[in-house]
Amino acid sequence: MAMIAGEIEKLIKEDLPGADVRIEDLRGDGDHYAAHVIYEGFRGLSRIKQHQMVYKSLKGRMGGELHALALQTSLPD
Amino acid sequence: MSENPVFDRIKDYVTKDDVVLFMKGTPIFPQCGFSSVVSQVLQHVGVDFETYNVLEDMDIRDGIKAYSDWPTIPQLYVKGEFVGGCDIIKEMFESGELQQLFADSGLTKQ
Repeated sequence: MAMIAGEIEKLIKEDLPGADVRIEDLRGDGDHYAAHVIYEGFRGLSRIKQHQMVYKSLKGRMGGELHALALQTSLPD
Repeated sequence: MSENPVFDRIKDYVTKDDVVLFMKGTPIFPQCGFSSVVSQVLQHVGVDFETYNVLEDMDIRDGIKAYSDWPTIPQLYVKGEFVGGCDIIKEMFESGELQQLFADSGLTKQ
């Protein structure tokens, strides 16, 4: 069972209000995406904590429905 | 403290060796692209590391995700600390942060 890009973006934005979320479908199979999340709320957090925030917003889909999400997080300039 | 019995086993694994990689498959026969990338990075950087094949141990496969609150495999531990999965290890390798971490911990092979 796969996911569509818009669904991923919506979930992330729900938990990370105001985040800029850029999703790229790597293989067109709905299972391998790359996401770049730019969010002020990451400030002061380790990369691990930043990524954990994004994974939590996906409500358990990461590693299940969503097999692969190449994730990059950064702060707004 | 450990409510999950597998945590004790994991704790033992991540403290017994300095660099520990939980992966799918083995460095010689990786069975997942992400696991393969991390094991190759470790070999390239030149550190000794222990690996555990989560495909051969379902308790560890699930337990490790709860242990680190990280939903995917591979997972890299250095001196008992969770360092990251494939994305973070790649980012640290490209920035030189990973090499620095190993050098600072005296783990880089001479």
